[in-house]
Amino acid sequence: MGNHESGRRSRRSRRLTGPALGAGLALVVATLPEAPAALPHLVREALARSGVENPVTAVLLNFRGYDTLLEVAVLLLAAVAAQALNTGLSGRAPLPPANLFLTAFFRFLAPFAIVVAGYLLWVGKHAPGGAFQAGAVLAALGILAALTTGAHPCWESPRLALALVAGLLVFSGVGLTLLQTEGRFLKYPAAHAGTLILIIEAAAAVSIAAALIALFNAGSGGDPGSRPPSGRHCASHPLRSRP
Amino acid sequence: MTPPLLYALAGVALFSIGVGGLITAAHLLRQVLSFNVAGSGVFLFLVAMAYRTPGPFPDPVPHAMVLTGIVVAVSATALALLLICIRHESTARSATGEDDRP
Repeated sequence: MGNHESGRRSRRSRRLTGPALGAGLALVVATLPEAPAALPHLVREALARSGVENPVTAVLLNFRGYDTLLEVAVLLLAAVAAQALNTGLSGRAPLPPANLFLTAFFRFLAPFAIVVAGYLLWVGKHAPGGAFQAGAVLAALGILAALTTGAHPCWESPRLALALVAGLLVFSGVGLTLLQTEGRFLKYPAAHAGTLILIIEAAAAVSIAAALIALFNAGSGGDPGSRPPSGRHCASHPLRSRP
Repeated sequence: MTPPLLYALAGVALFSIGVGGLITAAHLLRQVLSFNVAGSGVFLFLVAMAYRTPGPFPDPVPHAMVLTGIVVAVSATALALLLICIRHESTARSATGEDDRP
């Protein structure tokens, strides 16, 4: 009886935690002091030397480049972990088989999506956009490919593995090269900052897309039990083999 | 009540709903969803707080942090969902604690 009573009481207190937390936080937010304006000023002053005109891109790729480098690493880690865990789940719905109309739709849509991704990558220099947005569009294209054509990318293939790690390799490679030439990790020379950022962003976009597709692929279809042991089972790619 | 404050309070509300769900929900899928709702609240709060700085342009640093956070949240969510699938496969259970039923 006492046990039952205490269980009910703990459940009630758990239910009250959310509202209590919200009320407390709302009180704090409503009485916040005036914002310290040092950081935005620093960004605006250094923007001319950052190589890009969009302050968010400048913060992401230049001023706080470490953050983005580690973020690309986190994404790669998650994708690799998902692929490693993907060892024979049976209860998942398999991807639908290739459908003629959906495949044609995908073929029609793919070039536009790639152009949009390239545009987003380029526009990040002076307006909202950049590697993450471009990578998300490319990842959506990859997921669409899996859903409409039943295409299973084979993650053992060296090309896909390279796409997965390209962002981290290029990013850290540029950083280490700058460590040699400029004396600081990821300290871009003002003259080449824009070019270097675009190179890093292009590689990062490919890797972000590959990692997101790998995460989707690990959780849906792609039954590893039916995989041949060698990494050469991409020949039956539905987009490549025409009837 | 300025619009940024309104958005910040909405972010606080979302965060509290998420934390409340995280504490009360037993099903692992609900917990992951609650975690994402709470995360969205944090993102909304950070974006709103960026407009508190004087001047016509918002502070770009929180905006960049949100962009980073979204990507990390997506990858963590995908991994969590996969782990839930594996746990469900091996134990036929998808819940935690006292309400642990298949």
